[in-house]
Amino acid sequence: MNHSRRSFIKSAGLGFLALGLPPSFLVRAAGAQQGSRGKVLVVVFQRGGMDGLNVVIPFKDRAYYTLRPSIAVAEPAAGEERAVDLDGYFGLHPALAPLKNIYDKGHLAIVHAAGSPDNTRSHFDAQDYMEIGTPGIKSTPDGWLNRYLSEKRLSDSPFRGVAVSPQTPRMLTGAAPTLSLSSIEEFRLRNQSMAATLQKLYTQSTDPLFRQGGNSLFDAMARLRAIESKIPPSSATYPAGRFGNGLKQIARLIKADVGLEIAFTEIEGWDTHVNEGGTTGILANRLKEFGAGLAAFYQDLGDRLDDVVIVTMSEFGRTARENGNRGTDHGHANVMFVMGGRVRGGKVYGRWPGLAQEVLYEGRDLDLTTDYRTVCSEALARHLAQRDMARIFPGFRPAISVGLLA
Amino acid sequence: MSAPLSQEQKIVHFLSRISFGPTPEEVQRVNRLGIRAYLDEQLEPEKISDNAAEEKVAALKTMRLSSRELFELYPPPKVAQERGMMPGEMNAPRFVILELQQARLLRAVYSQRQLYEVLVDFWNNHFNIFAAKGADRWLTTVYERDTIRPHALGRFRDLLLATAQSPAMLFYLDNWLSVSPNGAMARMPANARRRGLNENYAREIMELHTLGVDGGYTQQDVREVARCFTGWTLVRPRGDPEFRFEPRLHDQGAKTVLGTRIAAGGGVEDGMKIIDLLARHPSTAKFIATKLARRFVADDPPASLVSRVADAFRRSDGDIRTLIRAIVDSPEFYSPEAYRAKVKKPLEYVASALRVTNAETQVTPQLLRYLGRMGEPLFLAQPPTGYPDVSASWVSPDMLLTRMNFAADLVGNRVDGARVQATALRATQQFVRVIAPDSLSSGTRAALAEAEGPEALALLLAAPEFQRR
Repeated sequence: MNHSRRSFIKSAGLGFLALGLPPSFLVRAAGAQQGSRGKVLVVVFQRGGMDGLNVVIPFKDRAYYTLRPSIAVAEPAAGEERAVDLDGYFGLHPALAPLKNIYDKGHLAIVHAAGSPDNTRSHFDAQDYMEIGTPGIKSTPDGWLNRYLSEKRLSDSPFRGVAVSPQTPRMLTGAAPTLSLSSIEEFRLRNQSMAATLQKLYTQSTDPLFRQGGNSLFDAMARLRAIESKIPPSSATYPAGRFGNGLKQIARLIKADVGLEIAFTEIEGWDTHVNEGGTTGILANRLKEFGAGLAAFYQDLGDRLDDVVIVTMSEFGRTARENGNRGTDHGHANVMFVMGGRVRGGKVYGRWPGLAQEVLYEGRDLDLTTDYRTVCSEALARHLAQRDMARIFPGFRPAISVGLLA
Repeated sequence: MSAPLSQEQKIVHFLSRISFGPTPEEVQRVNRLGIRAYLDEQLEPEKISDNAAEEKVAALKTMRLSSRELFELYPPPKVAQERGMMPGEMNAPRFVILELQQARLLRAVYSQRQLYEVLVDFWNNHFNIFAAKGADRWLTTVYERDTIRPHALGRFRDLLLATAQSPAMLFYLDNWLSVSPNGAMARMPANARRRGLNENYAREIMELHTLGVDGGYTQQDVREVARCFTGWTLVRPRGDPEFRFEPRLHDQGAKTVLGTRIAAGGGVEDGMKIIDLLARHPSTAKFIATKLARRFVADDPPASLVSRVADAFRRSDGDIRTLIRAIVDSPEFYSPEAYRAKVKKPLEYVASALRVTNAETQVTPQLLRYLGRMGEPLFLAQPPTGYPDVSASWVSPDMLLTRMNFAADLVGNRVDGARVQATALRATQQFVRVIAPDSLSSGTRAALAEAEGPEALALLLAAPEFQRR
């Protein structure tokens, strides 16, 4: 992103007139009829259980190197195949080097030893708990992002909650209508002569499941066609694949001011039981895509990033000790990233519990010191001005304040 | 609705559940034979001749090959280069998966052994393999053919054992690399990749294949099961793969699993004991009963039914035929609550549309891409959970849109690989009788009455009613 230009416009007030540039607030005002320039929370789910210990490396914790003789990432020093120093204690995996710049600018915060407090090591249960927002309680019917949308009725835009993922994620299911799509361009009926009849069949259906699905679909298609010409192309190069495409579509919707409040996308492939590797290997490859995606999103949004907070999470971390196959098995606490223009970044948050045998969770995993709901609560409260957090995370009271957002 | 099902509805319901969708011909056959006799037939698929489907599948040459041959003919790009092969679509590993997907859809559409094919699909998903994971690109064809198919209507324990010893599963859930950290091989420098336990398979065999996540096992049990399965490995994963028990990789110590003590020195028998213990555990009976009842009856199957099927599981030692009978013979199966209660998953939706219209089908990549957009690229579910089997998973706006586009493209003969005949285009009202007799909403009836010819058929296939079975 062109940081100097952004500061310049901010500080120079009306100076833009002299340059003949359209003031961004006027551009936004024009879009305001569509839905106004709102705040957006983006959640990225890393499915499979990311190994946080090899993503943000505690290189000063000597136990780390003892526990991981063949997959540890070397501490920062000259050369490329080493952790990228963040604060003298933690370092980024070298495949995430594109994020270092964002961290240094203060727009990326990291929370270590964070995650879901339930001790399940089942992918399915752990993802479910994280998505419904009540770890340990399976009966919760809806996802926490949907509860936010149900709580606040800022507009009737069908784009309030959008998932760019094959299925509507559990996190976004519930009473509030939401949308899932994979491509703005292909989101259309190819046989328009049937459109009116199909719309009637679905939106007047006596079958509630299809009535709701049809309502979301036809409403969204109509609105998307109405504003399509105003949706700008991407101004960044995203990595190939579903994740890059997901962030790309979300960025376009943000810039089009369609009333987006909650966005979701996901990236698979973190279940690294074998050949996870250190600086190279399966994890490094996943991180390359992950880091390049976030960096492209950052660049693409430019100063719109002030309105955006992006939070990443994964169902659990992995065993502190490497297993027999240069990999790791299902574990507990993990690391989360929080990126945005108003994020108090450039810092690794969270109390570090250490990796000595006697402090490992159940004798094997990184202990958890920050509940992921604390991180999400701060984003909801500070960024989206959600007051009553018990409506979003019933039964949960944050024990600590992390201070991720001003 | 709460009125009991009419005879016509019963037949359509029965066929919607035990097949990939009713056709006018099969409705007539059930009418003639009666439901009971038709089910008896379907439960003995080996006695049903199935030439039409098998001829089509026989045209897919990878379906007959061994993993070794598949690897030879469709090697990874690097190997192809070394051998001076011209790289192309037709000899890439992706082609193997493509034919596997084609065969699955062809059988779903054309096989006379419909119930059997439904169960093959069910068990394949229950014991899911991600066909694009490394060597599984050459192992999944054989897995489907030689591991799942022979046992799909057999005994659960045999199916479980077959998957446990299949190269595809040993590779997918990493058990082939799990070794005793104290074993002789683990200490050899040449064995850098195998230095200790890998819990992946041990966890999933309990959580997903047998007991269920609430089936009463602990993290300690996961470790102990992993120890029992050390040495259950795979030789030549990319050459001529084969299960092998390797004593030098096995943890010879005593173990305790789910309270059962397994004495030291059991060797390969440790794993066999785990298979038996899990296959005969009451949690497994309940878990498998629940999943089958979910497939055949309702997302949230009635507890009374689940407990009856679980009893049948215990009494019959997991005989899958007995379980199917217990389900299909139950009052819950024909209850008004179960009628049209399930949303078709994408394979069921596409196959049922092709079946009811009697479309001439040559499965093509384009046809398969619709399945991907609807959320079910065949054999490509990455997580071990496989694809979900509840309605809400298949009705996102994007998925619904793809179904509508598929219906219009199919009827408009714009789908490469599927031809709908002119007679079918005029038979919409006849199809209504085999899809949802007396069950169309007034809105759908009115829309069909107003539309003409092909458009009426496209509307029927795109309508909410046709999304359910």
